[in-house]
Amino acid sequence: MVFGLPILSTLIWLPILAGLLILFAGRERPTFAKWFALLVSVVTFLISLPLWVQFDASTAAMQFVEKTPWIDQFNIHYHLGVDGLSMPLVLLTTFTQVLVIASAWDVIKERVEQYMGAFMVMQGMMIGVFTALDSILFYVFWEALLIPMFIIIGKWGGKDRVYATLKFFLYTFFGSVFMLVGFLYMYFQSGSFGILDFHLLPLGELAQILIFLAFLIAFAVKIPMVPVHTWLPDAHVQAPTAGSVVLAAIMLKMGGYGFVRFSLPITPDASMMLDWLVIILSLIAIFYIGLVAMVQKDMKKLVAYSSISHMGFVTLGMFLVYGIVANTGEAQGAALGMQGAMVQMVSHGFISGAMFLMIGVLYDRMHTREISAYGGVVNTMPWFGFFAVLFAMANAGLPGTSGFVGEFMVILASFKANVWYGVVAAATLVIGAAYTLWMVKRVFFGPVANEQVGKLADLNKREFAIMGILAFAVVLLGVYPAPLIEVMDVSVANLLIQATTSKL
Amino acid sequence: MNFVIPSFTPAIPEIVLLTLTSLLLVADTMWSKRYEFATYYATQVILVIVGALILTSFTTETVTTFDGSFVRDAFADILKLAIVVISLGLFLFSKEYLLQAKFYRGEYFTLGLFSVLGMFVMVSAHNLITLYLGLEIMSLAIYTMVAMRKDHSAALEAALKYFVLGALATGMLLYGFSMLYGATGQVAFDAMAAVIDAGEVDHVVLSFAVVFIVIGLAFKLGAVPFHMWVPDVYHGAPTAVTLFIGTAPKIAAFAILYRLLAEALPGAVMDWQPLLVILSVLSLLVGALVPIVQNNLKRLLAYSGIGHIGFLMLGLIAANPDGYASAMVYTLIYAFMGLAAFGLITVLARTGHEFDRVDDFKGMNQRNPWLALMMLFVMFSMAGIPPFIGFYAKVVVIEEVVQAGFVWLAVLAVVSAVISAFYYLRVVKVMYFDAPQDTMKVEPVARHLTWAISLVAVALLVFGLFPSWVIDLGYHSLS
Repeated sequence: MVFGLPILSTLIWLPILAGLLILFAGRERPTFAKWFALLVSVVTFLISLPLWVQFDASTAAMQFVEKTPWIDQFNIHYHLGVDGLSMPLVLLTTFTQVLVIASAWDVIKERVEQYMGAFMVMQGMMIGVFTALDSILFYVFWEALLIPMFIIIGKWGGKDRVYATLKFFLYTFFGSVFMLVGFLYMYFQSGSFGILDFHLLPLGELAQILIFLAFLIAFAVKIPMVPVHTWLPDAHVQAPTAGSVVLAAIMLKMGGYGFVRFSLPITPDASMMLDWLVIILSLIAIFYIGLVAMVQKDMKKLVAYSSISHMGFVTLGMFLVYGIVANTGEAQGAALGMQGAMVQMVSHGFISGAMFLMIGVLYDRMHTREISAYGGVVNTMPWFGFFAVLFAMANAGLPGTSGFVGEFMVILASFKANVWYGVVAAATLVIGAAYTLWMVKRVFFGPVANEQVGKLADLNKREFAIMGILAFAVVLLGVYPAPLIEVMDVSVANLLIQATTSKL
Repeated sequence: MNFVIPSFTPAIPEIVLLTLTSLLLVADTMWSKRYEFATYYATQVILVIVGALILTSFTTETVTTFDGSFVRDAFADILKLAIVVISLGLFLFSKEYLLQAKFYRGEYFTLGLFSVLGMFVMVSAHNLITLYLGLEIMSLAIYTMVAMRKDHSAALEAALKYFVLGALATGMLLYGFSMLYGATGQVAFDAMAAVIDAGEVDHVVLSFAVVFIVIGLAFKLGAVPFHMWVPDVYHGAPTAVTLFIGTAPKIAAFAILYRLLAEALPGAVMDWQPLLVILSVLSLLVGALVPIVQNNLKRLLAYSGIGHIGFLMLGLIAANPDGYASAMVYTLIYAFMGLAAFGLITVLARTGHEFDRVDDFKGMNQRNPWLALMMLFVMFSMAGIPPFIGFYAKVVVIEEVVQAGFVWLAVLAVVSAVISAFYYLRVVKVMYFDAPQDTMKVEPVARHLTWAISLVAVALLVFGLFPSWVIDLGYHSLS
C-alpha cells in the first residue's frame, strides 16, 4: 500500500492517467508534457521500490495481491499480484521508463504531448501484463499495448515506418489471437479465467499440445523466435530510439514471461514432448541470427539481430529443464538454466536498452545509422566511447558485466542437458563478441573518418546521466547478481515443480 | 363465438409511437414552412417519450397479447430501448448533414419514425404475420429514405437495387412461412415449436421451409452469398441514410432471427445450424478480405459489416440460450459501433463534399487531433482490440462457439479478425501517418455534434473498461 492505495494498481493506473492528462492538456505546451512525464515516471519508479523491499523471497505465492470481480458473467476478476518471476520485470519496466522519457528530451520536436502520452500509457499497460493474474485481464493489457506502440513507430519512426509498424501490429496480433482461443477453451474446462486456476487444471494430451502450440505462436512472435522474428529488425530500425528501447528492453521480455507464466506450468506434458522444438529454434536463433547480425550495415539492425540471438538464450534456458531432469533425475538441477534465463531477461533489458540509446545518441547528431558513415568517433567523443565500449563488452558477455551472468548460467545448464547444446551455445559467445566488437572497432576506433565525425560534440549532461545510470546497473548486476537470484529462487523452484509434474 | 377485448397494455409504446408519428406526419405538412426544425425536435421528443414509456414499464416477465401474436419480454424491451437510443443519436447526427446536403425534409424524420415502429413490431413479433408486418413497415420506410435524394443517380440506383432485392428476400421469407404453416398448421411461434417437438411434422416440408426462411433472413442481414446489395446501397445512399441502415435495423433483424430460429424452430436446429455455419464462414471470409481493396470508407464499412454479421451468427450457431445471449450482446455492440463510425462520417460531411473516402481522413491528426482520436477508438473497437468494447463482443461469441464444440470455427473467426485488423489499421494509418491533402480544418458544422460523437466514441472505451453491464444485458434477458 502507498498512501492507502494498492501498490500494483497505482503502478498501472498512475502512468495511464498521467499519459491521458498529458495527451489532453499538453497541446501547445511541450515543456509541461516533458516535465510532467518525467516527474510521473520518477514517482512511479519510487513507488515500485517497495515491491523489492517488502518482497518476501521465502514464498512462491503471489504477493501484493488485489482481487475484485470484474465481469461476473464469465467469472473474470481484476486480479493482480507478483511473484519472484514477475517482480524484477516490473522494476525493470519502471526503471527503463525514466530513461526512455529522458532520452527523448531534445530529440522529439513534433507533437511532444502525443509522444509522451503514448509512452506513459504504454508503461502502465506493460506493468499490467507482468502483474495480471487473470488471463483476460492479461490479454487486455497485452493487446492494448499494441495501440500506442503502433502509433509511436508509425508517427515518429524512420522512412519505412508505416510498413514496419503494420508488420509489427499484424504479426503480434496474429500470434496472440490463438492464445485467446486457448484461454477460452480452458475457461470452458475450468469455469475460471484465473491464471492460477489454469495452473491446476488437468488437461488431456491433445488439448495440452494444441494449447502449447497456441501459446508458442503468441510468445514466439513476441520474443521473437525464428522463423517469426522478421518483424523485429524492421520495427527496430524504423522506430524512434525510445521506441526501440521499450521494444527491446521490455516488450521482448513479455514473450519470455509468457513461457514461464503460461506454457510451462499450464501445459507441462506438452512442454516436455515438444521441448526439442523450442530448443532447436533457440539454437538457430542463437547461432544463425548471430551470423546474420555480423553482416549488417545498419547499427540498429545489428543490435536488433543481436537481441534475437540473446533472447535465444532465454528460451533455451527455460526449456532445458526436461533434458536435465532426464539426465540427472532431479528438478532442482534444472534451476540453473531457468534462473539463467530470468537473469538474462533482466540483463538484456539493460544492455539492449543501452545499445539502442547509444545508437540514438549518434543518430541525433549525424542522422545516419550506417556503420560506414562513422569511424574514429572516440577521438571526438571520448566519454561516449567509454560507455560504448563498456556496453559492447556487456553485450558480448564479458565477465563482470550483467551479460555474462545469464549466458554463463544457461550454457552451464545446457552442458548438463546435452553436450551439443552447450557447444553450440558457447560457440555463439565468440560470434557475439565478433559482431559487437567489430562494430565498435569500425565506428569508434581508427582515424576520424570524415568532417562530420570531426565536429561531433561529446555527451551532454542528460545523455551522460542516462548512460551512467545504465552502466552502473550493468556492472552491479554483473558483479553482484545474488540479490536478483535470491528473489526469484523460490519462485523458480516452484515453477520447476509445476513444469515437471504431469497433468495427464 | 365470443369476442374478448385484448389487453393493450403491453403494446402501449407501439401505439403511442404510431399515433404521435401519424400526427407528426400531418403536422409536418403544415408547419414545415414556418418552423424549420419543428419536425426534427418533435421526432426526438417522440423518441424520448417512447423510451420513457418502455423504461417505466420495464418488465422481466413474458406477456403476450392480441391472441398470442405480440409478445413483450425483457429481450424485446432491451432491444427496443437500444433502438430508441441509437435512433436518437442518428437523427441528431443526420440533421446538419441533411441541411448541408440541401435535402432537409421533414419526411426523413417521419419515415425514420415509421421505420422505428416497424422495428418495434419485429422485435415483439410472436407469430409469422406480426413478424412480416413489422418487417414490411420497416423496409418500405427505408426504401423511400434511400430514394429521397431524387437528383442523385447513385442514390436512386441504390434504392432500386435495395427495393428489388429486398422484395426478393421478402418473397423467399413468405414462401418459407407458407410452407412452415403448411407443415405445422400454426402461425404462433410457441405453438409451432410445440407441434414440431411432438414430432407430427413432415420433415421434408419443414426442411424446405427452414432453407427459404434462412435465405430470406440472410438477404435482410446481408450475409454472404446474399450480400450483393449491401455495399452498393451503403455507398449510394446519402450518408445520413447509410447511418440509418447500418445501425438500428441490424438490431431488428437479429430479433427476428432469434424469434424464428430459437423460439419457433428450436426443433429444426439440425436443419438451420449447418446453414448458419456456411453463411457465417463465408461472411467472415468476405468481411475480412474484400474491404482491404476498398477506397471508399462507406463501402469499406459495408463489407466489414458483413464480417460482423458472420461473427454475430457464431453465437446463434451455438444454439443454446447462452449462445443467443452472446449474439445479442454482439448485435448491440455492433449497432453502437456502427452509430459511431457512420456518425463520424456524417458529421464531417460538408456541402458538396461527402468526406467518405479513406483519403479524406489523411492527416486527420494534424487537422483535428481530437476527432482523429475518436475515429481511432472506433476503428480499434471494430477491429476487436482491447480495451475497447468491440473486443468483448468478439470474446463472448467466440467463447460460446468454443463451448458448443466448434473450435475450428473459433480459430477461423480469430484469423478473420486478424486479417480485418489490417484495413481498420489502414484508416488509423492515413489519419496519423500521412500528410493531409488539404489543410482545411475539419470540424462538424455545429459544436454540439463534436460533443455528441465524442460521447459515443468514448463510451466504446468506457464500456470496454467496464464491460460487465453490457454483457449482463444480453445474458440476463436470454439465459
